[in-house]
Amino acid sequence: MLANKLALASNLVRADAVEATEFPHLASRYRVYGVPRTVINEVIHIEGAVPESTMLAHLAILDDAQQMAQRTEEWEKRSKG
Amino acid sequence: MTLLDEKIQSQLRTMFAELRHPVKLVMFTQSEGGAIECAMCSETRTLVEELAALSDKVGVEVLDFVADEAAAQAYGIDKIPAIAILGDGTPAKDAGIRFYGIPSGYEFGSLIESIMMVGRAEPGLSAAADQALQQLRTPAHIQVYVTPT
Repeated sequence: MLANKLALASNLVRADAVEATEFPHLASRYRVYGVPRTVINEVIHIEGAVPESTMLAHLAILDDAQQMAQRTEEWEKRSKG
Repeated sequence: MTLLDEKIQSQLRTMFAELRHPVKLVMFTQSEGGAIECAMCSETRTLVEELAALSDKVGVEVLDFVADEAAAQAYGIDKIPAIAILGDGTPAKDAGIRFYGIPSGYEFGSLIESIMMVGRAEPGLSAAADQALQQLRTPAHIQVYVTPT
């Protein structure tokens, strides 16, 4: 629900609630073993429910080119492995 | 088949009576015997149609994922069943909220809460969160993976 609030509050945010059991290929792609699991722009992953401040801290990573490059590299490495 | 029993219908009617602005649910499904495996398409369609029947503030538009490909692309819909929530305006303003798969169990509550929130046109974030959100420069696509329980 927090993601939905953020989507309504900002035109830059889109929030998808995805039912993991109906889309097993995606659950497997993002390694969804427990819920909720949040995926932001593919490469930022959050396990479990988090407070507003934590979610916003993760969104802020999107504007940080250096951190994003690192996360992207980690994600690509894990996806191949 | 009715998915929502009398009691829930009555509760939802009371809740929806408080909606100040119209809310539109755009549902993507496929026609009978479509090519895509979509176990929950028909049930999800029934659900959104039953919700819309409870209030003249809640509208529904059912589109075909294949035949209405342009609309699917415009809403960024890449799998079905899908529900996009739109708020007030002409044309209706995209609230940026999507549900993929049937919203049952906990997610049903989340769908109703989202409808109420869009109908209030008030996300209800804290001032600090709102301020932090205004700093954001990069488009964010948040996917939250959930299960029905």
